[in-house]
Amino acid sequence: MADILQLLVAGLATGAIYALVAIGFTLLWQTSQTINFAQGEFVMLPAFFVLIGTGYFGLSFWPAVALATVVSVVVLGLLFKRLIVDPMMRHGVLPLVIATIGLAIFFKEAVREFYGADAQPFPPVVAATEVTVFGVALALQSLVVLAISIAAVVALQLFLSGTRTGRCMQACAQNPTVARLLGIPVERMILYTFLINAALVTLAAILITPIYLAKFTNGEWLGLYAFIAAIIGGFNQVRGAIVGGLLLGVIDNFAAAYLSSQYRMAIPLLILIVVVLVRPQGLLGRIEERTV
Amino acid sequence: MGRSQLAFVLSTLMLLAGGASAADVKLVYIGEISGSIAVSGGNFRDGIILAVEEINAAGGILKEKIALSQLDTQTNPGVARSQTQKAIDGDPYVVLGPIFSGNVKATMQMLQQAEIPHLIGGEAGELTALGDRYLFRTSFGQQIGMPKIANYIRDELKAKTVALIWVNNDFGKGGRDNLLKQLAERNIKLVADVSTESGQVDFAADVVKLKAANADAVFVYSNEEECARIMREARKQGLKGPFVGDTTLLSQKTIELAGDAANGVQGHVGLTADAPIPAVAEFTAKFQKRFNYKPDHNGIKGYTAVYAVKYVTEKKVGKFDRKAFAQTMHGLTITPQDEPAILIETTWDNTGEIDRISFLAEVVGGQQKITKILPKLGK
Repeated sequence: MADILQLLVAGLATGAIYALVAIGFTLLWQTSQTINFAQGEFVMLPAFFVLIGTGYFGLSFWPAVALATVVSVVVLGLLFKRLIVDPMMRHGVLPLVIATIGLAIFFKEAVREFYGADAQPFPPVVAATEVTVFGVALALQSLVVLAISIAAVVALQLFLSGTRTGRCMQACAQNPTVARLLGIPVERMILYTFLINAALVTLAAILITPIYLAKFTNGEWLGLYAFIAAIIGGFNQVRGAIVGGLLLGVIDNFAAAYLSSQYRMAIPLLILIVVVLVRPQGLLGRIEERTV
Repeated sequence: MGRSQLAFVLSTLMLLAGGASAADVKLVYIGEISGSIAVSGGNFRDGIILAVEEINAAGGILKEKIALSQLDTQTNPGVARSQTQKAIDGDPYVVLGPIFSGNVKATMQMLQQAEIPHLIGGEAGELTALGDRYLFRTSFGQQIGMPKIANYIRDELKAKTVALIWVNNDFGKGGRDNLLKQLAERNIKLVADVSTESGQVDFAADVVKLKAANADAVFVYSNEEECARIMREARKQGLKGPFVGDTTLLSQKTIELAGDAANGVQGHVGLTADAPIPAVAEFTAKFQKRFNYKPDHNGIKGYTAVYAVKYVTEKKVGKFDRKAFAQTMHGLTITPQDEPAILIETTWDNTGEIDRISFLAEVVGGQQKITKILPKLGK
């Protein structure tokens, strides 16, 4: 029983990080029909911004995190939209997808060139200690990761449903033409989603990198897992991305413990195939119809 | 075409052809500059570079400068084979590397057929049992290190049960097979056998399995990055240990990556930059000054490999003869009196296996502390 609870908490903690990244996928898709295949590298990069802050500028950890957040929001939010998405979007989704794949390679190789191919140590948010819950020793780090991720998701939901800007963003996601007729600045709302995505991936980076260590290849796994999570949950629903991420994290951990660690990567892909065959819109997604 | 234009074209062609002049002696490093064990490959490469710079500054080997080429295997056996073919086409005197045992296995036959001596960093036990007369280790094979660590588990830790976590590649499988044999001979029971993947990043489930085993000791056998991630996850989940391992678990890179989580780790190290030997300390200082980081055992392996090539060529063979080089290496002992940069007395047997003194160590306060020096097996 203790094993199961420990695996569940560890899985939820990892799954919550997948969920943060997957939410970014869904937000960008809903507002701008952008599929960002550099999303994994977007998680890898802020960790190196933090390391640059601590290593090159001599900042302590939290000021470096603040600096990395600002840089990420500018580079991965504002500049990504202005320099990559806006010019490519006019040519359709496919050229943009290819552009983001190219961007992923560029980020990866740039980090390798600048910081080297070795992994780098990255400090955890809290010390490695355990707490006892119902007689079971659980990792405090996992609980904190889970708590921060939940808090971030709740804050995002409150923002989207409880503020005027959030509701405008939702309106743009549902029908940009009508939103524009109602006087909503659609372009600005789309920009906000890119900035929010940049903030989410920065948070994911701060939480996952102490476990993965900072390495230029980190984005490969993260991007793939988050993409699968978004599809499983429903690519057009934020709550679908949350469910998909958590489900994937838990299943991945249980599969590694009780089935096979060699085939753990195959399990999410199997689930993906089943979901695509049985419920193509994802577990919580809605069917999208298009006029042809 | 004028004479000056012709000279320009010829010199450009020479540069494009590789940059090495006809009088240079070609050494090629085929190693893991990127990929999952880039940490090890990078250290090995930098050790080579340091030695090459020193030797060239002192006049080279037999008065010929070393022209060093670097070929990246990307920790991928397929790429390693194509890079090896490229190296063979360049007609090198000696090949250094690879480090990854799987890559060594994938390329050794090609180098053997081309009769090119290769000084490898791979530690999988079987590599020296495959009859390659041109293969020479730069560090212990697992069959040398595992009996020492098994004795340590029995005699020092007094452990009756062991939980093992290992990486599922040639290096890990070789280590696991050797360890299991040694544990069985000492009546130590294996209570968990957790296989992990090379490049794996999330070890939460694996550590839960280790915890459930409740063993007297936890043996961690993986590459440096994975060792660090395992230790971080183990501490995160409150796994108590004691944690035991061979060289990689106690390497400087693992300690750097694992941070506080590495404290208390114990085990056997074949080579270490923290060895209480003045020549090693001098090498470590030089390396750190040149590359701005502390080397691990792979840095020493790369450095001493180049000096072994220099010593054998200059003092034993007297010319650049690959066949004679390989023949001379078998059964050879190089002492620090013969060649100071060999750092520690080293012997190669008839299979290319290496013998040196080795060390028992513990990580204390983020530093590797040598607790005991073990003699050469041949003494």
